[in-house]
Amino acid sequence: MTELTDLGVKAIRDGVTGGTFTAREVAEAFNAAVAAASQLNAFIVTTPEHALAAADKTDAVRAAGLPLGKLAGVPIGMKDLFATRGVQTTAASHILEGFKPQYESTVSQNLWNAGAGMLGKLNMDQFAMGSSNETSHFGNVISPWRRSDGGNAALTPGGSSGGSAAVVSGRITPAATGTDTGGSIRQPAALTGIAGIKPTYGRCSRWGVVAFASSLDQAGSMARDVTDCAIMLEAMAGFDPKDATSLDLPVPEWSANLSNDMRGKRVGIPREYRVEGMDPVIDALWQQGVAWARDAGAEVVEISLPHTSYALAAYYIIAPAEASSNLARYDGVRYGLRELPDHAGLQDMYAATRAAGFGDEVKRRILIGTYVLSAGFYDAYYTQAQKVRTLIARDFERAWETCDVILTPTAPNAAFALGEKLADPLAMYLNDVFTVPASLAGLPAMSVPAGLDGSGLPLGLQVIGKPFDEQGVLNAGLAIESRAGFSAKPEKWW
Amino acid sequence: MSIDRATVAKIASLARISMSDDELDRMAPELSQILDWVEQLGEVDTSGVEPMTAVIPNHLRLRDDVVDADPLTGGGRRDAVLANAPAAEHGFFGVPKVIE
Repeated sequence: MTELTDLGVKAIRDGVTGGTFTAREVAEAFNAAVAAASQLNAFIVTTPEHALAAADKTDAVRAAGLPLGKLAGVPIGMKDLFATRGVQTTAASHILEGFKPQYESTVSQNLWNAGAGMLGKLNMDQFAMGSSNETSHFGNVISPWRRSDGGNAALTPGGSSGGSAAVVSGRITPAATGTDTGGSIRQPAALTGIAGIKPTYGRCSRWGVVAFASSLDQAGSMARDVTDCAIMLEAMAGFDPKDATSLDLPVPEWSANLSNDMRGKRVGIPREYRVEGMDPVIDALWQQGVAWARDAGAEVVEISLPHTSYALAAYYIIAPAEASSNLARYDGVRYGLRELPDHAGLQDMYAATRAAGFGDEVKRRILIGTYVLSAGFYDAYYTQAQKVRTLIARDFERAWETCDVILTPTAPNAAFALGEKLADPLAMYLNDVFTVPASLAGLPAMSVPAGLDGSGLPLGLQVIGKPFDEQGVLNAGLAIESRAGFSAKPEKWW
Repeated sequence: MSIDRATVAKIASLARISMSDDELDRMAPELSQILDWVEQLGEVDTSGVEPMTAVIPNHLRLRDDVVDADPLTGGGRRDAVLANAPAAEHGFFGVPKVIE
């Protein structure tokens, strides 16, 4: 018999809507899976009562014969970056420990309106700064995956949406929200063998999402397959007057228009992504992806994105600059932690609060951002980085003259062991080399699971699309997914 | 260009983060390494290129000019605003004395 926790978003929604099982049965099954998974440290708080209340509401709506939402009866995990009314929201930081928002983020409210319930708040890199989930104040998230060499090395689930990736791949939640600033949905999705999409900048409201780098931050969905990602993203997205950068466009019915037929589509292969020293396993997977695209009927064309090699450096100026400004709000006055040494004045209180409340990586980025924005350095660093960003966006605009979507690897490596890259911040930053350019250009992009490496660990391929063309991205993702036939999942050891 | 310990101390002070000597010693080489690496952007010819201001073309909207157009972000919510304050007093945010 199929366990309810083996089901994804669409199967649960259809099963609840059709009466095969109740939303309460689903919520109870996943609440039990969450309770049994504490070893992964994927949740900062669990909210079984929220999941049950939403399920009971869905069951009552169905009993009354009223129409059900897109996510009727689907319990999900919520990244702890989204403000949830009355439920602690920390961005995995000490400075926000105990913070209980008085309001609900637009994205989470949209999900509840669609019939979803919340299993808990997911652990993540602190303030979404990290690529391995090792910067959380609440400890590392452990990936459910292990290498097939028989060793029990604890692996990273990727970051910053590492809790989201861990629970979806471990069949602990059917889906989870993520946010992506430079790859924080796509890289963890790739490292854990799940699908994840970052839509066009502005599709999902940022209102009530703890800000990291506002010109880059974008919410998206993480689920076991492309179809589930599409359904969930439809529920999350939509115009919100409370976010000045929100796109005032209707949300397309992406899930209803999915097609894995790529005839008439051109797939661009950017030559600059074949970086020096590329892992041959990653390169082989990429070539396999090209073959799958051809098999789906697509024409494959080589393209050039000449400023690719400068994207990471531009990102590590722009994102910290915005972060240093956004995180100035944590001052020990209005919410969160306050550290007040004896006889301290206001300025001492600020400095002590922020020293105690922020982790090392957050401090590092605030300092970088403060430096590049400071008098005398602003033009050399920040303005130059924003000019390079313009050139990177222009590269993509030119590429769209000859292709419809772009296919690349998602990450330069499979999951690494926790601690392996921690000593060298720069080595960690390089994990986002393939995901950052699309972020800088605000483009929709997704990762789909495509294969396993020699140690049995999942690898992903990335599809990047034109602005507003989530449909093209999802369809290309589906074309790869249906040809890759990825069915691996982690053996349960927790 | 590498940055020294004194520069890190100055930035930390600007960012209102107090740092111990140990932390400054640790951060200085880390920040230098990162800044040396981003220096590569200087190689890019950006003459005549406008800095990016918005990734996706969008127009700025004006909301209706009415009081409490959105009750969530309007006025009259003092208790909710103060609910998470570490030291709310008499309906205000409390801070250490700033005037002698």
